[in-house]
Amino acid sequence: MKGRWIKITEAENIPLREGRPVKLGEVEIAIFNLNGRFLTIENACPHKGGPLCDGIVTGSAVVCPLHGRHFDLETGMPVRASEPACLTVFPTRVENGIVMVNIEAGHRAMDSAAA
Amino acid sequence: MKKLVVVGNGMAGVACVEHILKHKPDFDITIFGDETHVNYNRIMLSLVLAGEKSADEIVLNDIDWYRSHSIRARLGVKVARIDRAARLVIDEEGEAAPYDRLILATGSSAFIPPIPGVDKKNVHVFRTLDDTRHLTAKARKGLKVAVIGGGLLGLEAARGLQVRGCDVTVVHLGSSLMDKQLDATGGEYLKRRLEDLGIRVMLPKQTAALTGNGKVEGLRFASGDQIDAELVVIATGIRPNAELARDAGLHVNRGIVVNDFLETSDPAIFAVGECTEHRGQTFGLVAPLFDQARVLAAKITEQPGPAFAAPAPAAKLKIMGVDIYSAGVIDESEPETEVVRYEDPGLGAYKKLLLRNNRLIGMILVGDIEDEHIYMDWMRSAADLSGMRRQLLFPPRGVDTGLSIAEMPDSETICGCNGVRKGDIIQAIHRHGVTTLHQLKERTRASTSCGTCAGTCEKLLRAVAPDFQEETATTLCSCVPFSYERLREIVRGQKLKSVEEVLAVYGNRKGCEVCKPALSYMLDMLWCGEHDEDRSARFINDRVHANIQKDGTFSVVPRMRGGVTTPDELRRIADVAEKYNVPMVKVTGSQRLDLLGVKKSDLPAVWRDLGMASGQAYTKGVRMVKTCVGSEFCRFGTQDSTSAGIELERRLENLFTPHKFKMGVVGCPRNCAEATVKDLGLIGQDGSWQVVVGGAAGKSVRKADLLITVETTEQALEAGELFFQYYRENGNYLERSYDFVERLGIEKIRKETVYAPDEVKRGLLERLARSKALSHDAWLEGAQPFTPTQFVQIQPMQTIEEPQLV
Ligand code: SRM
Ligand SMILES: Cc1cc2nc3c(=O)[nH]c(=O)nc-3n(C[C@H](O)[C@H](O)[C@H](O)COP(=O)(O)OP(=O)(O)OC[C@H]3O[C@@H](n4cnc5c(N)ncnc54)[C@H](O)[C@@H]3O)c2cc1C
Ligand code: SF4
Ligand code: FES
Repeated sequence: MKGRWIKITEAENIPLREGRPVKLGEVEIAIFNLNGRFLTIENACPHKGGPLCDGIVTGSAVVCPLHGRHFDLETGMPVRASEPACLTVFPTRVENGIVMVNIEAGHRAMDSAAA
Repeated sequence: MKKLVVVGNGMAGVACVEHILKHKPDFDITIFGDETHVNYNRIMLSLVLAGEKSADEIVLNDIDWYRSHSIRARLGVKVARIDRAARLVIDEEGEAAPYDRLILATGSSAFIPPIPGVDKKNVHVFRTLDDTRHLTAKARKGLKVAVIGGGLLGLEAARGLQVRGCDVTVVHLGSSLMDKQLDATGGEYLKRRLEDLGIRVMLPKQTAALTGNGKVEGLRFASGDQIDAELVVIATGIRPNAELARDAGLHVNRGIVVNDFLETSDPAIFAVGECTEHRGQTFGLVAPLFDQARVLAAKITEQPGPAFAAPAPAAKLKIMGVDIYSAGVIDESEPETEVVRYEDPGLGAYKKLLLRNNRLIGMILVGDIEDEHIYMDWMRSAADLSGMRRQLLFPPRGVDTGLSIAEMPDSETICGCNGVRKGDIIQAIHRHGVTTLHQLKERTRASTSCGTCAGTCEKLLRAVAPDFQEETATTLCSCVPFSYERLREIVRGQKLKSVEEVLAVYGNRKGCEVCKPALSYMLDMLWCGEHDEDRSARFINDRVHANIQKDGTFSVVPRMRGGVTTPDELRRIADVAEKYNVPMVKVTGSQRLDLLGVKKSDLPAVWRDLGMASGQAYTKGVRMVKTCVGSEFCRFGTQDSTSAGIELERRLENLFTPHKFKMGVVGCPRNCAEATVKDLGLIGQDGSWQVVVGGAAGKSVRKADLLITVETTEQALEAGELFFQYYRENGNYLERSYDFVERLGIEKIRKETVYAPDEVKRGLLERLARSKALSHDAWLEGAQPFTPTQFVQIQPMQTIEEPQLV
């Protein structure tokens, strides 16, 4: 996979079924811990910029804490078709207990679908 | 006196005896039953298995009933043979009992298919109370269970065991579940729902053998693969218990052959229930058997009565959260049958109606069975639906077409399970002042078995009872589709102690932003800290103890009891505002100060520097007590409202409630702190306090109801505490006190709080005290965070200057 993998933090810093925001340069991402599987999305909700890291996790989706839009954490796709905007997702893995994110290989489902 | 002997102490036999007694017969009655229990509701065994009912709760006729009717009950005694010539039944001990009339009501037994290994240990059937006890004794968390058979009984067994924590797989021979009652599409919807609930379904699967050495260890399938199983339940159908009759030389096919009056081939012998075969048909549900019981009771007491004609079958699956109803003809391949269908995979709802000549002849309802009673009305009355064709799938509620409830004859059976007729219900309403479904259930047993007729009962109540009260049971959400009350019972009864556990067993294992905080509250309230707290189930406000704002910052509202502050507090607030560049300091509508626009990572330091407790302005909990200056300063003041308000706030602060809880205490009826529009208000008068509850001045405006008038401040505070705890225990999550008081009615609330017996009051206060003792100021977490990164912004271990976004 192209792009650099960046060491972010120890896995235990992201509690079970919660998200935590991390600023990388200009980009703010939110990393979630789904029972030991880590997933990363851009942190700002496309609606009005709500901090998605603070949302409640439901299955593999997150609910924006401001006005309740749902986004799938694996694909970045909105759960309801009536709210079309979608999020960038970033490849994430854990190595030696450290969460690593490939910030340059982020991708957005709808753009690629449109392309 | 003639001797009547009944063999079989089950649902049909005893129902028949009950009807015989109504005819005031000249019989000396003996009932033999090889189970040791008095007659119980076999249908409810599913609920006993699931832990929703106890064995005592399903008794239909207790021992006093037998005694008071001078019925000789021979329980735990199996009848071995019948001597027809001598008119004797002989039990296994060889003891003989003479009869003039004999009723065979032997029911049926579980059919065990001839698969190698079915005789191993831990292989069970599910038919009797004893079977149920064996299953519950063995069930434990994580136990691998295989249920062979995906019909009604198998699925109820599967769910019951799963609810007890077992890891359950249903193995079904057919290609779709409940194939007697559903078509393939309906079966698929059912399968998906069960899988959502965490039950594995394998089909079509033919079990070739049960493996294991002595004890069962697994199933091997005809297809060669296998699964592990430490407990196996076989639910592959039933066989009428007809050997006794066959050995006695009566006419028997699959069941004991009876005519339209339940007579067998011997004029002194009758049969009733699942052991019978009528016009080639055998039975597996109680409704037709209760009809048989009535017909036979008239026949045997030589009264004029109807002949038996088997009604159209109707079946409902009794699994919480899985709504399935099927009735009448479901085979659409029959000639001249029209089919009307609707499905919504998102809702998990599927409806299929079968019509012939514009008349409803059958239905399958999955996921949405609310209109079942309307459809049953249409079907029973063979209503002509030509004018309704556009509304078939969503019939207008409350509008009766065809036979209206008023036109239904009094003799018509409303509750098939318990044989309750329309006339019985009307009598209960008039004679005993029944006004709710609950009371009707207690009085008549109507709708206490499978619950299918609850809708019709409700319609009757609405039509006949002068002051019918509807029971509103709203479900929490589609992730955990039960009413709050039911969930509270489940959580308490099953000792579930985490949100995850509730969702795993009773929900879709995901949960959402609606049910997770609600369950989190419920567990906290019921277990007072003895539960596994799941922070991820909380809304962000309750994870960081501040209110999230539009830009992701937070607001900080310190507690300022009774709206009273000091110069020192004000100075600290001012310092904090400057030190942390707080964009706005505002006087709130609740008599205190708000620091708006604080960064999450600054929260712990802000709290520390303030040195004040959390005002809980972000949560569903105790907000504040607004007070007026009262008798200490005001020339009209009759009570010291400021001190009383501060004391009230101290007693209740840091506690959580179904929705936010705001209070007010005023020194006189001029009501300067708006106590009459608060969740709880104390209004001072000369020599007394009025305690008022359920007021509102937010989205809606409602004047609070008077709970009680008392003399002393201590009494007023105690009345407030009683209401407060009662609301905590009985309010639905997100139900403000103004809706709660409207829903329950102030009379009921008074009766169950301030006017309740002393021990009830003591209970409420004790539980409140226990919660209070465990509660603490949430802002203490600033110094001792719940998780290391609760407030801090994570800094990446590696940084990059400019990521190249693709
Ligand atoms: C700060 C404050 C307004 C102010 O500047 O004065 C306020 C601010 C909010 N109110 Fe309020 N309410 C405030 C007093 C009130 C009052 C007046 C009172 O308490 O006497 C009411 C009417 C009384 C009542 O509670 O019913 C009030 C009725 C509401 C309601 C409607 C509740 C209802 O059921 O009718 C909501 C929405 C809700 O709770 O669902 C609400 C919700 C909100 C929320 C929490 C909206 C939200 O979810 O983010 C606001 C947070 C703003 C923020 O960014 O912090 N606020 N809100 C007041 C804080 C009081 C405090 O010190 O704790
Ligand atoms: C778990 C479960 C759930 C069910 N759910 C539903 C439902 O939701 N809806 C529905 O309509 N039906 C349901 N049923 C079916 C319903 O329980 C039966 O239709 C009904 O009990 C049949 O009544 P019966 O009197 O014919 O037989 P039973 O109730 O079985 O009674 C027969 C009795 O006779 C005894 N007996 C047999 N032979 C002898 C003998 N030789 N000497 C002495 N005693 C003897 C048996 O031990 C038994 O106690 C359910 C059944 C089970 C097991
Ligand atoms: S009234 Fe309350 S909820 Fe509405 S904008 Fe003002 S503070 Fe926010
Ligand atoms: S900002 Fe996320 S839903 Fe509005």
